[in-house]
Amino acid sequence: MRFLNYFFPPHPKSAAIAKERLKIVLAHERAGSHAPDFLPRLQKELIDVVGRYVDIRDDMIRVNLGKAGETSLLEINIEIEGAKTKAKLGSAVPA
Amino acid sequence: MTKPGTARGRENLVAKVVAITSGKGGVGKTTTAAAFAAGLALRGHKTVVIDFDVGLRNLDLVMGCERRVVFDFINVINGDANLNQALIKDKRVDNLYIFPTSQTRDKDALKREGVERVLEELKQQFDFIICDSPAGIEHGAVTALYFADSAIIVTNPEVSSVRDSDRIIGILASRSRRAERNEPAVETNLLLTRYDPSRVAKGEMLTVEDVQEILSVPLLGVIPESESVLRASNTGTPVAFDEDSPAGRAYLDAVARFLGEQREMRFVQPERRGFFRVLFGRA
Repeated sequence: MRFLNYFFPPHPKSAAIAKERLKIVLAHERAGSHAPDFLPRLQKELIDVVGRYVDIRDDMIRVNLGKAGETSLLEINIEIEGAKTKAKLGSAVPA
Repeated sequence: MTKPGTARGRENLVAKVVAITSGKGGVGKTTTAAAFAAGLALRGHKTVVIDFDVGLRNLDLVMGCERRVVFDFINVINGDANLNQALIKDKRVDNLYIFPTSQTRDKDALKREGVERVLEELKQQFDFIICDSPAGIEHGAVTALYFADSAIIVTNPEVSSVRDSDRIIGILASRSRRAERNEPAVETNLLLTRYDPSRVAKGEMLTVEDVQEILSVPLLGVIPESESVLRASNTGTPVAFDEDSPAGRAYLDAVARFLGEQREMRFVQPERRGFFRVLFGRA
């Protein structure tokens, strides 16, 4: 068999490739389209609020809506390791 | 017995609005709308098929009534004509009416309130209102599915068609009137068209099961790739009238399933062609 494959390399079935590609692209698109519109706004406001207390960059906050079994999960990851605490907390908060 | 074609105790029946949609163009929406409407009429249901593709009217050609169009959907929406002036009665089967669209280039002519009013009026007269959607996800396509009680997603076993179908299924679930009003979801079914069992057997085409698994929508039918579809559109005959063709029979099966009957899926296995079929047969 190996010997024959050398002369006639087996083609991967193109339908199988199509199915794999579709599954991957649709998994991405479905995740994107089901995210509520408010997520980017929530992320921006979180950056504003947290930013009053610690120095933070936009990419240090990640907001995701996921699912754990039956429960919807709003997941907020804020990375503050190494971020500098603002010197005077009081002054950072607008009056 | 009531005469076919007359209103039959309509007060007891709830007319059903059925959207034929796909996202992608060229997959067989108009062929399906024509075949489905013809199939429902053959089963004795009073049916109207409406062309929602404003500016690119084609249902009239596929139904073979292009020379009988006087008034259209937009005329009725704008109040320039009444419904019965615009509806074209099919000459081959009772109970079947065609409602052509306009060739105007003004896509916004399809106003949602106007469409709603016309559909309500049609519901008084018909059992089934088949809406032939334009391709895309723009105004016309969304209007065609907005009022649907039921939707038939026409899909080819091909990556771009499957992806677009997934988008349309998402739009049905979020932007239809039923979704907006939190009513029971639009009953959504898959119709796989241009299926070629011999290429599927060779691993060159997605299988019915593949497409169903990816889209997870109930399967209404599989229409095999068939020469009879082009023959039907050439002559302006809905393919469901051609009971000798595999595609015609597959459409009639799909109509039966739509009406709640159990029918085995045919035409999903490669056809075995006998010696005489090879010599003298036709596709």
